[in-house]
Amino acid sequence: MLKKRIIPCLDIKDGRVVKGVNFVDLIDAGDPVESARKYNQLGADELVFLDITATKEKRKTLTELVEKVAAEVFIPLTVGGGIKNVEDMQLILRAGADKVSLNSAAVKSPNLVSKGAQIFGSQCIVGAVDAAKKKSGKGWEIFIRGGSKKTGIDLLKWVKELEELGAGEILLTSINTDGTRDGFDIEMLKAVTEAVNVPVIASGGAGSIQHFIEVFENTGVDAALAASIFHFGEIAIKDVKKELDKSGIPVRIED
Amino acid sequence: MIAIIDYGAGNLNSIQKALEYIGQKTVIINSAEKEDVDKYNGLVLPGVGAFPGAMGRLKNNNFLPFIREFVDSGKPFLGICLGMQLLFEWGYEDKKTPGLGLLSGEVVRISSDYKIPHMGWNQLKILKDDPLFADLPENPHFYFVHSYQLSELTDDTEAVVEYGVEIPAVVRKKNIIGLQFHPEKSGDNGIQMLKNFGEML
Repeated sequence: MLKKRIIPCLDIKDGRVVKGVNFVDLIDAGDPVESARKYNQLGADELVFLDITATKEKRKTLTELVEKVAAEVFIPLTVGGGIKNVEDMQLILRAGADKVSLNSAAVKSPNLVSKGAQIFGSQCIVGAVDAAKKKSGKGWEIFIRGGSKKTGIDLLKWVKELEELGAGEILLTSINTDGTRDGFDIEMLKAVTEAVNVPVIASGGAGSIQHFIEVFENTGVDAALAASIFHFGEIAIKDVKKELDKSGIPVRIED
Repeated sequence: MIAIIDYGAGNLNSIQKALEYIGQKTVIINSAEKEDVDKYNGLVLPGVGAFPGAMGRLKNNNFLPFIREFVDSGKPFLGICLGMQLLFEWGYEDKKTPGLGLLSGEVVRISSDYKIPHMGWNQLKILKDDPLFADLPENPHFYFVHSYQLSELTDDTEAVVEYGVEIPAVVRKKNIIGLQFHPEKSGDNGIQMLKNFGEML
């Protein structure tokens, strides 16, 4: 049986993992290779690197980082943040990433998704989407530029379009729950997993193990992503998986 | 020295890095024109892309006689993901296309009610003893990404994976090995399996 995936997300700035002020030393130094190695040991099913520098000059730093990680950590790597064209995708994939995630760029030029899927295959293209509840209270709309710019585009319409364009996976972040630690946005995730057939990664709001159980029990998501709670060492991936397993949710635990 | 076949589409980086990580020497070859089978003790056919395009490029770069000669030499030949699928007689991705024909069987779209592609970590059910499985946990997890599969369990099938249907995940006939999953992306289990492959060299 296919396992539900637990994915730590590492924010990268100038080639280093950015960590919060409350950091305890689970993942030391902010060295991406070291972090990746530790997460691999701790049972992460996949890693997402999100480049928050994302300027042209920093691209090289990012590809070097991906190369270093890919030489030592042999689980799937997704890289996102500021990818604007096929050349960017190629550089990142050549460096050893397995998937690239496209967010704002996909909204601005949807054909980037289809081009990427044609050249590299759908399995390489992750459609990343940030969305929030519409003012009317009915449905959701998507935001770009790290959640700062409203687009007026309907979420469900957009994820279906992403699927048609060839995105092999949707990484969905709820702006409403992100950073709250009150749990994933169950209603939004449920609506999206019912709208598309590609795998959906839940993001935004994880604050406890219970939240992971809830999201897998109540929605059709295939994976759940979290950043701070893993970095800060508040919750261990192994414990999340142990509890998911107890609740009858299939996860990768090696005997 | 292990030769990794470059047929244009696949990302060869990962498999090369994983083999180097376990101490194997590797070289990527993109044409068999001036190649000599005697130079290598192992051959790897990686896999990302589509069946017809991959066969076309293998043919255009003279790989078909090279692979045949390598297999006849008795040295281990490993096909990964699409590289496993190419080992069989026919592929039905996009259009009916002859494969390498080294193993009997046909490659068809996965007919499961579950999402296609079959993507993520799944567990093997091992059917036959093989040193390839040495030092792996029981029902080991591996990372899969594929939409096509060997149509049925053949005599050469050594392990399967359950995804609504039973999908052959490891096939082997003498020195010809096919893995439907990506050992280079399967963490410690994948590294162990590549080590086991390395032991055969």
